[in-house]
Amino acid sequence: MPVPVRAAEARAGPRRSGDWTSHVLVALAGQPNVGKSTVFNLLTGGAQHVGNWPGKTVERADGTCRSGSLRLHVVDLPGTYSLTAASEEERIARDFILQQHPAVVVVIADATALERSLYLAAEVALLDVPVVLGLNMMDAAEAQDIQIEPRVLEAALGVPVVPLVAVRGQGRSELLAAIGQVAGDPDRFHPTRPAIGAPHREVLATLQRLLARHVPPPYKPAWVALKMLEGDDELTDAAKGWLGRDDWDEAQRLLMAHEDAVLDAAEGRYEWIERMMRAAVMRPRPGPITITDRLDRLATHPLWGRLLLAAVLAAVFTATFTLGSPLQQWLDRSVIPAMGAAMGDALGSAPPWLRDLAVEGIIGGAGRVVTLVPVLFVFFAAIGVLEDSGYLARAAFLLDGFMHRIGLHGRSFFPLFLGFGCNVPAVLAARVVESNRDRLLTILLAPLVPCTGRLVVVVFVSAVFFGGWAALVASALVVANLVVLTAVGAALSRSVLRGERAAFIMVLPLYHRPTLRSVAHAAVVNTWAFVCRAGTIILAASVAVWALSSYPGADPEHSMLATLSRVVEPLGQLMGMDWRLLAATLSGFVAKENVIATLGVLYGGEAHAGLDAALAVAVSPASALAFLVVQMLFIPCVSTIAAMRQETGGWHWPLVGTGLLLALALAAGVAVYQGAHLLGMVA
Amino acid sequence: MVRRCFDPGREPAAGVGVVSLVHLAAGASGAVHLLQGGRMLASRLAALGLSAGAEVTVVRNDRSGPLIVLVRGTRVALGRGEASKILVEVAADAGAGSGG
Repeated sequence: MPVPVRAAEARAGPRRSGDWTSHVLVALAGQPNVGKSTVFNLLTGGAQHVGNWPGKTVERADGTCRSGSLRLHVVDLPGTYSLTAASEEERIARDFILQQHPAVVVVIADATALERSLYLAAEVALLDVPVVLGLNMMDAAEAQDIQIEPRVLEAALGVPVVPLVAVRGQGRSELLAAIGQVAGDPDRFHPTRPAIGAPHREVLATLQRLLARHVPPPYKPAWVALKMLEGDDELTDAAKGWLGRDDWDEAQRLLMAHEDAVLDAAEGRYEWIERMMRAAVMRPRPGPITITDRLDRLATHPLWGRLLLAAVLAAVFTATFTLGSPLQQWLDRSVIPAMGAAMGDALGSAPPWLRDLAVEGIIGGAGRVVTLVPVLFVFFAAIGVLEDSGYLARAAFLLDGFMHRIGLHGRSFFPLFLGFGCNVPAVLAARVVESNRDRLLTILLAPLVPCTGRLVVVVFVSAVFFGGWAALVASALVVANLVVLTAVGAALSRSVLRGERAAFIMVLPLYHRPTLRSVAHAAVVNTWAFVCRAGTIILAASVAVWALSSYPGADPEHSMLATLSRVVEPLGQLMGMDWRLLAATLSGFVAKENVIATLGVLYGGEAHAGLDAALAVAVSPASALAFLVVQMLFIPCVSTIAAMRQETGGWHWPLVGTGLLLALALAAGVAVYQGAHLLGMVA
Repeated sequence: MVRRCFDPGREPAAGVGVVSLVHLAAGASGAVHLLQGGRMLASRLAALGLSAGAEVTVVRNDRSGPLIVLVRGTRVALGRGEASKILVEVAADAGAGSGG
């Protein structure tokens, strides 16, 4: 799966190129899972800047390093299998190479899958830029008895070839030297280029002649003609504007008559690759049974694979809560109250309102953010291990059938799974899904995954009301949410989002031992997404909720929040919820984590123990059950809505999603309360 | 649809049958004959190694759900819909196996 954890983004965009005008521009290209990011880190070390491509939702990393006297500005291009405008990543990668014209493009290839990874090199070679080929994972290739002669490959390709073992830091200085050499004297190298398969050479030449005088720089007619034959919509549309009417008609006739040219374009590249491989690579035949083969026999088996998946997911959640929860409780019971007390003392002479604001609004809000961090960190690290080892791709494979039922395919499993931690990274991670329709559906469904914030509320409230049955009630609520998610997905994909599901084509990478660095990266990036986006909003909202519930009077009964909640109380009565439960629900819109705090303020319990008792007296089990169901389904929190707006590029879809969830939550709340009544649950 | 299937120049040799990949059982292999389903799908498949002439081995093909194939040293998961658009040449007696 292509580096989906790199979902978060720095607040600032990349620094303006003006800062780096004295640097030599180097682009790093490679297919997903070839270790390109590791090479990028190896080259640039700590000197990095992570942002987004302007106007895009794809992460961009910039870094600097030196090669001799040259200062290099290295740009990590998105991982892509080819350079046809099939995805946002591919468009970004090729536009960057065409428009910024880097001094050197370093193509990173996986030495264990050289044939496939050279396909991108073949595409880059056609762009007429100086190239250096980095052969990564040479150690893994050796372990598989694949013998590669870098010098022979270099001669055949006509570009420098550098063997690398990036995870162990091997090959850095050689790679930098090669970059320096090419940047200093690009004309020294004469790269060979693949040609289209013989049956379509004439057609390509004709199309190229038609385009010759019309294609504006930086595009080249030969390349545009080839991409049009490969079915590249973006360039075909552009060509329509460039060409005169007659030429366009002729070009279109050629394209219609030669739909199969795409096969010859690909075949031409693989022929070129095979020439290189014959010269430079010795491979044992037949292929040995690898660890990956053996593991996959179990991991992708229809029965054993699913059982294993269930066990793995259970292990992830168990690890998350056994490792994360003690830390969370320690922070919650010891550190946060101590901070509050210290803050109270420090502001001893300040006006009471200021002290309240600082202690309840700021420390209280920040506390809710901070206490969730350990749980999220462990969860995201566990996902990082699964992702980096290659197992998540198998999970996507196994769940493809199930995902079909909700109108998606296996690839959407990963973002939805992240949602169990926090819905914000889940919405951001929907970027790994290629087609717009599938991505949109994934984003709309993400808030239905019960996040940690909601689970905390559910565990707390069900413990108050359902005693020994609490765990069962909480689990049932989680299952109910997933059932609703399935139903909503099935309904949306057959109505509003009806349409062609994108093709499910996914590389299953070889299994390998996860590296600490990439696991830490996954954990930090996703937790940071929560802290930056959710955290700041939770903090602001916590202050707002404190103000709403403290003013105009000291008595919460007469606060603005109470007034607001009383307005909607008639609706609440249908669900057996009084204004206080409604107020808690409303504050949960800001952040689910606020719900307990608001209950605490309104039911007058100082400590958790006090709140338990107060709630048990004041609220009936039927109301509590309705309240819990509404919590689980209620509209996404503000941070998730903000993420949805950013990722869908407007307010339309976040509003649709919010409205849908609101309707669902209210309907379910009414149904559960009235149902519980009918079944004779105490009112 | 890519039109090569109508191209008489690409008739498979005698003793060789053409079947959809989805009909090959695990362990069976063949050479890609033709990619149907449009230029975009064809170029995506080609970028992962599934181009005309490439040797494909089916690693997993259960009754339902996606397939796993091994092509050019890479394991690729393919939805059944996608796999059905890939036609492969197999020795005629090896024909359609189980699955699908």
